[in-house]
Amino acid sequence: MSQFLIRRLLLLLPVLFGITFVTFALARILPGDACFAILGEKATPEQCDAFREREGLNDPILTQFVRYLGDIARGNFGESLKDSRPVLQIILERLPMTLEVTIGAMLFSTTFGILLGVISATRRNTAVDVSTMMGANVGVSMPVFWLGLMLAYFFAIVLKGTPFWIPPSGRLSSGITIPPLVESFNLQDPSGLWGIIVTFASHTVTFNALITGNYEVLRDALWHLILPCIAVGTIPLSIIARMTRSSLLEVFGLDYIRTARAKGLRERAVIFKHAMRNALLPIVTVVGLSVGGLMSGAVLTETVFALPGVGTQLVSAILSRDYAVVQAFTVIIALIFVFVNLVVDFSYVFLDPRIRMQ
Amino acid sequence: MTTSVASIQLEPQTTIASRSPLQNALRRFSRHRSAQVGMTILGFLVFIAIFAPALAPYDPIKPLRDVKRRSSPCIHALGCPTDQPQHFFGIDGNQRDMLSRIIYGSRLSLEIGVATVSFAIVTGVMLGAVAGYAGGWTDNIIMRFMDVLLAFPSLLLSIAIVAVLGPGLINALIAISFVSIPIYARIVRASVLQVKEQDFVSASRALGSSPMGILIGHVMPNALTPLIVQATLGIASAILDAAALSFLGLGAAPPTPEWGLMLGEERNSVFNAPHLVFIPGIAIMLTVLAFNLLGDGLRDALDPRLTHVS
Repeated sequence: MSQFLIRRLLLLLPVLFGITFVTFALARILPGDACFAILGEKATPEQCDAFREREGLNDPILTQFVRYLGDIARGNFGESLKDSRPVLQIILERLPMTLEVTIGAMLFSTTFGILLGVISATRRNTAVDVSTMMGANVGVSMPVFWLGLMLAYFFAIVLKGTPFWIPPSGRLSSGITIPPLVESFNLQDPSGLWGIIVTFASHTVTFNALITGNYEVLRDALWHLILPCIAVGTIPLSIIARMTRSSLLEVFGLDYIRTARAKGLRERAVIFKHAMRNALLPIVTVVGLSVGGLMSGAVLTETVFALPGVGTQLVSAILSRDYAVVQAFTVIIALIFVFVNLVVDFSYVFLDPRIRMQ
Repeated sequence: MTTSVASIQLEPQTTIASRSPLQNALRRFSRHRSAQVGMTILGFLVFIAIFAPALAPYDPIKPLRDVKRRSSPCIHALGCPTDQPQHFFGIDGNQRDMLSRIIYGSRLSLEIGVATVSFAIVTGVMLGAVAGYAGGWTDNIIMRFMDVLLAFPSLLLSIAIVAVLGPGLINALIAISFVSIPIYARIVRASVLQVKEQDFVSASRALGSSPMGILIGHVMPNALTPLIVQATLGIASAILDAAALSFLGLGAAPPTPEWGLMLGEERNSVFNAPHLVFIPGIAIMLTVLAFNLLGDGLRDALDPRLTHVS
């Protein structure tokens, strides 16, 4: 087992190297002179020389790449040209929102995806099955941002005045705020890694509200998360439902299920204790792979629901040519994606004893 | 003792018509429910796209006079006064007929899907073939690079590439194609590896076939099935991604009648003129759905081994 884990970790190195190399290369192949692209067309030659010297663009390309790797490892992502402050600060403020949506959508899609898949598989070829699978086909074909807008319209306008009204935008209702953790716990100016963790946790509103016992804020934050999570989670939900159905049906045909039924086990035990365990591997794989889609979805949906996450910042950074921010966000999101898939691979070890034995 | 020949009755023979694999596949495809639905929707879309100038009642770009911005649909059969001109899908924020824009948008969407996927396939086939044939370091470098591209969430990598190239429809398409190259490269490489060592390929080489000839004559027929299926599904996701980039303002520029852009432009009017957001979204969904269903049908028809339990 440890061999499997070690081999998997070693395989990660070239991928990590590749991701950093691609993002590094992207910033270096800016059309035209990087100086004009970043400082604007009106930059004077003197300003450009100073800029190149400061950014180390005169050094050999390999030196630049090694320095870039070192910077990332230390959490130094450069400075945003637009906001003139460290990109790391922006990441710590923006990423929590995107992760909240991603995780919420993942919980939504996994729970309901598996549930619908099981229902479909156990009622194969009935009206329930056919309509669920048709729904899944439509679900994977919907643009996330469109579904978001439609949900916002339905829950905020059509259901206005009913108890089912849900706010169509924002992270918290106006007037509701939450103090940073530094204030709540009276922390003395945390710095270094600890500082990073505290800032990140502070901006993760749901987490902050939960550990400070601020349930009013927690309820409001979760309420605002409902629509974005449904919008983002619908495509993965459809994929997970289809995968659950087909992998369950495959398992249902096997002898040991017939044995389980023959010895008189209740159907629920047959499905959840016997069939599900074997059907789980492909389902977990799909869940892991859908994290990329979930994060892309979160980025798209933020603009619809006016959420202060990575997406809104990323788009404005692209339009204002703030490359440091674009580069940092790309690296961070790719790293999270790779990390999640690593966790998925590790989970095989626990799900499948055969891998443990090897 | 003679037996009269006439008394021997021959059993009428039942002959089983033999079908070629292609005929079998076509049969399976035409009986496949999703494929039927997909083909119908796609046929409808292609018809609209081809005859767009004849079908569209107004110019998709020029603003109309005497119409109110974002006015609701006006359909005579549904009680709209007959002295007003009909606008089935209403008027958009720039006083243009929504129906005409949607009709012209179908052209763009289909072009986007086919163009990005064609580019990705051509590049992917080349890279995959080179990697498979050459083996060793060349193979390693190409395929590891493909792995790295797959390590990014695809839409986000396209966004990053657009950030570098600058916003615009062509750049968005380049980004989307680039991101989808790895999957085709993998398919072709796998096929090359499969047939490379086979006797008929060695024989063909001995007879003087060039690597290009072997690629076209022996490798491609093997890779065709997964390539066709992947391309169909790829068109669906390319259309979706292109719409997303345009929605964010990183793709098509106004006044292009692109569905994603139309959605993005009118997103703020969703609460007072929801039809302007609803209709382009439905158009995108139907197109993507058609290709998804078609892809499912093709997979089941072309390669029964791949068929999921259904």
